Amino acid sequence: MDTLIQHFADTIRAATEKRRPLRIRGGGSKDFYGNAAAGEDFDVTGHRGIIDYEPTELVITARAGTPLAEIEAAMRGHGQMLGFEPPHFGGSATLGGCIAAGLSGPRRAAAGAARDFVLGLRMLDGRGTDLRFGGQVMKNVAGYDVSRLMTGSLGTLGVILEVSLKALPLPQAELTLSCELPRSEAVELMNAWAGQPLPVTATCHVEKRLYVRLSGAESAVRAAAKKIGGEEVPNAAEFWSGVRDHRDLFFSGDGPVWRLSLASTAPELGLAGHQMVEWGGALRWLKTDADAGSVRKVAREAGGHATLFRRGGQTAGAFHPLPEPLMRLHRRVKQAMDPAGVFNPGRLYPDF
Amino acid sequence: MPVDLERQRAVCAALRAFMPARNVLFEREDVTPYECDGLSAYRQPPMVVALPENESQVCEILETCHAMRVPVVARGAGTGLSGGALPLGNGVLLSLAKLKNILAIDAPARTARVQPGVRNLAISEAAAPHGLYYAPDPSSQIACSIGGNVAENSGGVHCLKYGLTVHNILKLRVATIEGEIVELGGGGLDAAGYDLMALLTGSEGLLGVVTEITVKLLPRPECAQVVLAAFDDVGAAGEAVANVIAAGIIPAGMEMMDQPATLAVEPFVNAGYPTDAAGILLCESDGTREEVADEIARIEKIMQDSGAHLVRVSRDEAERLKFWAGRKAAFPAVGRLSPDYYCMDGTIPRRRLAEVLRGIAAMEKNYGLRCANVFHAGDGNLHPLILYDANDPGQLQRAELFGAEILKLCIDVGGTITGEHGVGVEKIDSMCVQFGAAELEALHALKRAFDEHELLNPGKAVPTLHRCAEFGRMHVHSGAEKFPELPRF
Ligand SMILES: Cc1cc2nc3c(=O)[nH]c(=O)nc-3n(C[C@H](O)[C@H](O)[C@H](O)COP(=O)(O)OP(=O)(O)OC[C@H]3O[C@@H](n4cnc5c(N)ncnc54)[C@H](O)[C@@H]3O)c2cc1C
Repeated sequence: MDTLIQHFADTIRAATEKRRPLRIRGGGSKDFYGNAAAGEDFDVTGHRGIIDYEPTELVITARAGTPLAEIEAAMRGHGQMLGFEPPHFGGSATLGGCIAAGLSGPRRAAAGAARDFVLGLRMLDGRGTDLRFGGQVMKNVAGYDVSRLMTGSLGTLGVILEVSLKALPLPQAELTLSCELPRSEAVELMNAWAGQPLPVTATCHVEKRLYVRLSGAESAVRAAAKKIGGEEVPNAAEFWSGVRDHRDLFFSGDGPVWRLSLASTAPELGLAGHQMVEWGGALRWLKTDADAGSVRKVAREAGGHATLFRRGGQTAGAFHPLPEPLMRLHRRVKQAMDPAGVFNPGRLYPDF
Repeated sequence: MPVDLERQRAVCAALRAFMPARNVLFEREDVTPYECDGLSAYRQPPMVVALPENESQVCEILETCHAMRVPVVARGAGTGLSGGALPLGNGVLLSLAKLKNILAIDAPARTARVQPGVRNLAISEAAAPHGLYYAPDPSSQIACSIGGNVAENSGGVHCLKYGLTVHNILKLRVATIEGEIVELGGGGLDAAGYDLMALLTGSEGLLGVVTEITVKLLPRPECAQVVLAAFDDVGAAGEAVANVIAAGIIPAGMEMMDQPATLAVEPFVNAGYPTDAAGILLCESDGTREEVADEIARIEKIMQDSGAHLVRVSRDEAERLKFWAGRKAAFPAVGRLSPDYYCMDGTIPRRRLAEVLRGIAAMEKNYGLRCANVFHAGDGNLHPLILYDANDPGQLQRAELFGAEILKLCIDVGGTITGEHGVGVEKIDSMCVQFGAAELEALHALKRAFDEHELLNPGKAVPTLHRCAEFGRMHVHSGAEKFPELPRF
């Protein structure tokens, strides 16, 4: 074990002994996300660097503190990318934070989520034990899938040290089209496209306009564009990264922003406010002053859940409350990985 | 182990309180059909077989077994290849076979909600009128159940592009050992809290019993074509696989067969495989017509540049299916060569392929057994088929040792002991080689988070440290490596 990891482990053991919580932190780009965690800052950015990148194996392994931008640049150099198009929310984003938050960007509906690309990881649990799960190969069913469990657990189960991710080739060609369309018709169209063999890799409806991105072989993109119609969007890459990182005008202001993850065919929400639709209809961003209870009721009835993504003065918990039997399992899983409850207490749910 | 008759009577009586007597089996001749799964070298009749007809009976069975501290083994179609559904002589075998309804197909949302006993292929058949299908396609798809697929995180020849089971499910209803239902995942693409759906997937029935699955459906690709390429050297074939990936292509499927495999298959199905080649590759492209035409031309050129001495592109759908028929018949074809065969399932980094195949060839000599290799080359998942004769004393044991040595080699080159068939009882000792004591302890802690008394499929998938310590000693005898990091009991 190298000295930095040894130091991490010692810190965890000391914290466990004294029951003094730690607030695990990478670049701090997602400090806003989730509930406020108690504890002393535990900085992991020193543990950085790409460990292994084998483009023909479609696998990259890097330390958790590696800036996401560094990883993406290295991959671009070999004509590859992270398929889930991770949001950065600022230049300081690290790989560890990206996986711990488990957020995915515009390509999610077409290519998969952060957890779908995680092949394995190395971590320290609440006893400071150095553990490795999964690996660097595409298919692996030996042992429970702890790597995917860690993805999106917001640092409440352990300190991620290294992650192996599946890479995807960059598409040969990419094109974004747009047209003016009311939201409900746009959602219908998104679902209709997803039911056909079309190379759609992102959709977005905002400010009365529908945007659709096509990616793949040049010929396929051209043929699909002809079928779909609309105007070509210049600077499309900028548009999508604005959606991904919430730099788009839609997100301006400082009121609450809700993230509703629903069945893609869910009908209009019936809540006042502004909306942006992504992921073929399965993700709806909502700026509203409605109370948390009403937003969550709407989300639940549409088969999904609502996250208070930007607090904007709201006092509700960030994440959708869980039914008791499920919450009980959560507490037990937390207890198994972090028995003294030292990692990010309260960040996910107030109970742990 | 003789059946504890008193216990058996008590369990049957408790189950009959809420289930019809015809669905509670205990007579020897009634339970014998459940004594093994697809790994028939291991057999054990269960004490009792319970055949629930709905989810609430599943919950009641679990609640009852929990209260009586009776171990429970879930069973789907019993096609598993690692003994995951092997019963326990003092336990209940919980068959999900009667839960076989497709509950809903939502064509606009592209989802199907199904019970766990539904056959994998039945989902695609039901979705076909809508132009949709369920992507993961294990070779056993006409028989295996979707519940079993979730429990094993099964893959198929198309999973390089379309993912494994875990990538294609949206929601699970799971009965806990206490008999409570939890819903994991949801109607959207993610859910609040921990990703317990991912944790349950591939957990081999040790964490909960899956009672309902909502799967993602995909639009049928407009067309598909396959390239057949033959090589004089398996190393060159492996190189060709890397070159396809390096060119930025993710084929819909990329399979390799070595000469012993093609020699077995060709007389059986006449797939048109050149039997003089050291190895052949099948590389499929699917998508829109334009995409496929483009990609196939590029793949053809890469194969030629990589030294293939023969490259053929399927001219029509019939020929495409013929090329695949050989691959799909590989197991039964190899089965004709020998009274028995033992199918292994390691995954390796693709670049180590030639080396691993050479290693396996050397082991063939050492163990005096033949081995044919079928390989999901695209994602590095190897299926060596070890030929043996169970009637010849000692051959099964030799085959198992041969298999374990292949798995050790997979680990040594940076791979894993199972890509898709699971650990079950079969690879439990190899888990001691792949994982350290700390990881195994963490896995046991997770198990207890779901199942405090370890009643769900106990003894499978994750070995006890005690077992690893004994296995370690065993291997010291044969000169293999020890496990210094393990505590000895
Ligand atoms: C000829 C042949 C070809 C095969 N090809 C492939 C292949 O290409 N890819 C592949 O991945 N596999 C393959 N397999 C392996 C096997 O078909 C898969 O593992 C399959 O998913 C098992 O499904 P099953 O319904 O038969 O499960 P079973 O064998 O009945 O059970 C498997 C495991 O799942 C558990 N289980 C079953 N149902 C449930 C449930 N509802 N809830 C919780 N746990 C449950 C059992 O306890 C057991 O541990 C093949 C098998 C054969 C015989």
